[in-house]
Amino acid sequence: MNSKKNTIILTIVGILLAIIFLSPFYIVVVNSFKTMKGIFIDTMGLPFGKYFDFGNYPIAFERLDFLSAFKNSLIITIFSTVLIVLFASMSAWQLVRTKTWYSNLIFMLFAASMLIPFQSVMLPLVSLMGKLQFLNPAGLVFMYIGFGSSLSIILYHGFVKNVPLELEEAATIDGCNIVQTYGIVVFPLLKPITVTVSILNIMWIWNDFLLPQLTINKPEWATIPLKMFFFFGQYSKQWHLALAGLLISMLPVVVFYFFAQKQIVQGVMAGSIK
Amino acid sequence: MKKSKLSFGLFVAPSLIAFFIVVIIPTISGVLMSFTNWNGIDNNPEFVGLSNYVKVFTLDMVKTNFLTVEFEMPRFVNVFLFTAQFAVVSVLLINFFGFSLALLVTRGLKGSNLLRSIFFIPNLIGGLILGFLWQFIFTKVFNNIGNVLGIEFLKGWLSTTSTGFWGLVILLSWQMSGYMMIIYIAAIQNIPTSLFEAADLDGANFFQKMKNIIMPLVAQAFTVGLFLTLSNSFKLFDQNLALTNGGPYLSTQMLALNIYRTAFMQQDFGQGQAKAVLFLIAVAAITLTQMSISKKKEVEY
Repeated sequence: MNSKKNTIILTIVGILLAIIFLSPFYIVVVNSFKTMKGIFIDTMGLPFGKYFDFGNYPIAFERLDFLSAFKNSLIITIFSTVLIVLFASMSAWQLVRTKTWYSNLIFMLFAASMLIPFQSVMLPLVSLMGKLQFLNPAGLVFMYIGFGSSLSIILYHGFVKNVPLELEEAATIDGCNIVQTYGIVVFPLLKPITVTVSILNIMWIWNDFLLPQLTINKPEWATIPLKMFFFFGQYSKQWHLALAGLLISMLPVVVFYFFAQKQIVQGVMAGSIK
Repeated sequence: MKKSKLSFGLFVAPSLIAFFIVVIIPTISGVLMSFTNWNGIDNNPEFVGLSNYVKVFTLDMVKTNFLTVEFEMPRFVNVFLFTAQFAVVSVLLINFFGFSLALLVTRGLKGSNLLRSIFFIPNLIGGLILGFLWQFIFTKVFNNIGNVLGIEFLKGWLSTTSTGFWGLVILLSWQMSGYMMIIYIAAIQNIPTSLFEAADLDGANFFQKMKNIIMPLVAQAFTVGLFLTLSNSFKLFDQNLALTNGGPYLSTQMLALNIYRTAFMQQDFGQGQAKAVLFLIAVAAITLTQMSISKKKEVEY
């Protein structure tokens, strides 16, 4: 009896918390369909009558240059993530399999660098990249590989340690060279941790603002957060447009979450245990 | 033997080269730059000793109150104290909420999976976008509700230091609690159910189970959770920029934003880099201290 009462109370608490967590999204959605005056009069109610306005969306979509920003974000995120996955798994595999003082040292270096905050290196980094003519999307991908390596290698390292050596030995006996062994035998075995590494990198790179802001100086290269920043700067007093822009910017992630929810949650879990 | 060294090199090189150019070289040159009059463009900056560090602690003084005594301190110290205060409050709240949510959704209630999904959503969205979103909520929605219901407390949020502070805390707690929840769920689910069955046989209540089973076995997850929230709150930039932009009167500016502004607004790269080096030392020292204390606690259990 008591436990039934508990269940009801906890369910109610859960529902209330869910409402609190979702209410900011409700607020953006309803107000993005209102006119400026509609927002001024009431920020909580549904859009209705003469205060309803769908027109915010076409305007925001166009001024955000959303298709171009989406394309840039997508290209940069995909290239960075694929290369991080490839390079980090290659490194981690060899770092585990080669038992020498320098493989330990390299791994320790990757691990220790997790403590370095981005703002501590950003000024010399931007200056160095400028000298290398690397302040462009390709340079940005390169920088993501540099920053993404540490955590990705740590995760792969932990996983490879538990992969039995026998399979690789068998492959070598069958005449595989090291590239074949990696490509045919090792990499497929790493699939679970590859999903984790990919998810964690996608979430970070897609949403990153400061690094693109410092490295991308042409509007046609701008990613979604960058476009959003400039858009918001221009329309911050016009909340009806700003909110429509915010919702458009959030949509790709929410759609992605809808389809890859299980992988995302498992990725975060697996990523935190290390 | 030679062949294996070569293949080791080939496999490790791509990550290692990118990592060296992007992280290691800038870290080292950053420390060196902080002792020069570097302006961001000049190729041959001059050595100026500690003068950038002296600037950090002597230029730009701000008046503050402590226990009704008014005195001046360097802005950077003020910013550091604000950031530290923010970090302490956020770390405690986020981990408390995250752990509570994890307990709630692991009790086998109907709809637990849906609740998990909902609590996790804010994490997926970038800090910049969330900062703008909450700026609307704090300034417009709060005001509106305050006007309608006549609640003075809800008016004028983000226009004072304390509402700016709590605005940032609420934003980050809302964003990160779901992430911590996932980490604590993983830990709670790893506890063998036989322990709970044994406890039930002994007639243990929820609080006894909490103290004797859950807490000790989740201790490791707390180390991770505290580390992630502590370093994230210390390094907060996007949310700070988007929500309060450091205002009013730079009173809610945090370390990362202050460093950025010193370099790019005041065009003082030398001083900005000196602050960046101090920032590096502070973040490393604080997170390492936290890790070693947490690890010790883990062993005690």
